[in-house]
Amino acid sequence: MSSSDRDDGVNRRKVLECMTWVGTGVLWTVSGGVPHSLGLMGEAQAQEARGLTFLQISDSHVGFDKPANPNALGTLEEGIAKVIALPKKPSFMIHTGDISHLSLESQFDDADRIIGQSRLDVHYVPGEHDFLDPDQKFYRDRYGRGTKGAGWYSFDANGVHFIGLVNVLNLKAGGLGFLGDDQLAWLEDDLKGRSASTPIVVFAHIPLWTIYPEWGWGTDDSAQALSYLKRFGSVTVLNGHIHQVMQKVEGNVTFHTARSTAFPQPAPGSAPSPGPMKVPDGELRKMLGIADVTFKQNEQRLAIIDSPLQG
Amino acid sequence: MPASKTTSVAKTMSISNTLRSALVAASLGAATAVMLAAVVLPGWAQNAAPATAVSIDNFTFGPQSLTVKAGTTVTWTNKDDIPHGIGSSNNAFAKSKALDTDDSYSFTFTAPGTYQYFCYLHPHMTGTIVVESTNG
Repeated sequence: MSSSDRDDGVNRRKVLECMTWVGTGVLWTVSGGVPHSLGLMGEAQAQEARGLTFLQISDSHVGFDKPANPNALGTLEEGIAKVIALPKKPSFMIHTGDISHLSLESQFDDADRIIGQSRLDVHYVPGEHDFLDPDQKFYRDRYGRGTKGAGWYSFDANGVHFIGLVNVLNLKAGGLGFLGDDQLAWLEDDLKGRSASTPIVVFAHIPLWTIYPEWGWGTDDSAQALSYLKRFGSVTVLNGHIHQVMQKVEGNVTFHTARSTAFPQPAPGSAPSPGPMKVPDGELRKMLGIADVTFKQNEQRLAIIDSPLQG
Repeated sequence: MPASKTTSVAKTMSISNTLRSALVAASLGAATAVMLAAVVLPGWAQNAAPATAVSIDNFTFGPQSLTVKAGTTVTWTNKDDIPHGIGSSNNAFAKSKALDTDDSYSFTFTAPGTYQYFCYLHPHMTGTIVVESTNG
């Protein structure tokens, strides 16, 4: 930090940016480092009362039973047990998709039963594994109430605006994830008129930034979505699909992908394909987990803490 | 006129006999042909029955481009630990259900042409079936 930053006085964003940079070494760690909570010391405690904590879980793939994890339902239950054991109950949970493995009704039933043990409201967006039934109706029947189109929607909590997007349908040959014009038009309209100081959280299954196109890890038309979000002072993008933690900070936008509760996938380019990665039995639960996300009033960035099932 | 009746019956019987003999000879010949074919066929089959299978391994179609004659049934088999689904890029054929490990999908290509397809779960996976006319 230069001396001029300190001279600026009430330049909170600059200070937070510098602090974020200091913490970036931890944020960029892919191998499971736990990012430290961001915020001004002392003031963080004062703001806690007016904060909001929610969880992100992802990629439960209920029904998966291959060598990488013969009991995906069991590890989901372990994840939910961690949720139940949290000292401070979160306000709700976001599930960033691939709830089921093959969109069988029994798999959705099992997922609902286990996730229901948390006794939390859950806001879902679908993964590509959730639209595999012939009529593509099971996901929408269960989780689509009040949503638009294929299942997009928004809601507000504690002054934070949450937007759930669907980028796993009508995928084009050779393409990545896809939002489509209808959804983009809805998004632009949904954001219209909102104050730029409204914190925004966007959640969708496939990453909304390009991580590794060779494996389909990106969304073809996300740039347009991000352009609508550019004017907001605090944007957090939560995704799944890649079954590992990745984070990126770009201007006002923090991107985060969560671990799966079912099986890990390899780091980009480190294996012939992005399929389920078999690890020694003792290592599996260190690579599965949930994420705790905290918003504190007047803080630009939400604090994201990834907790593995073990270790 | 018993004599004439007997004669016509005899004539009929003899035609039947001839016919029967011919039929026996023909069936023997056919059996021989089948036996010959059974002996010769394996080598002949390798030359005249080209690959009709596509394997899905490590998120890749193998072979990525397959050429077949019109009327051929192509079968895709998933060897990955994750489901894949076969979709035609231009809706030229019905998409498969989601194929779990070791599941297969078959489609008989009757019309010549080039058919681009992809995995509708992982669309970066693409492949081609080239269907050639049997008249060419």
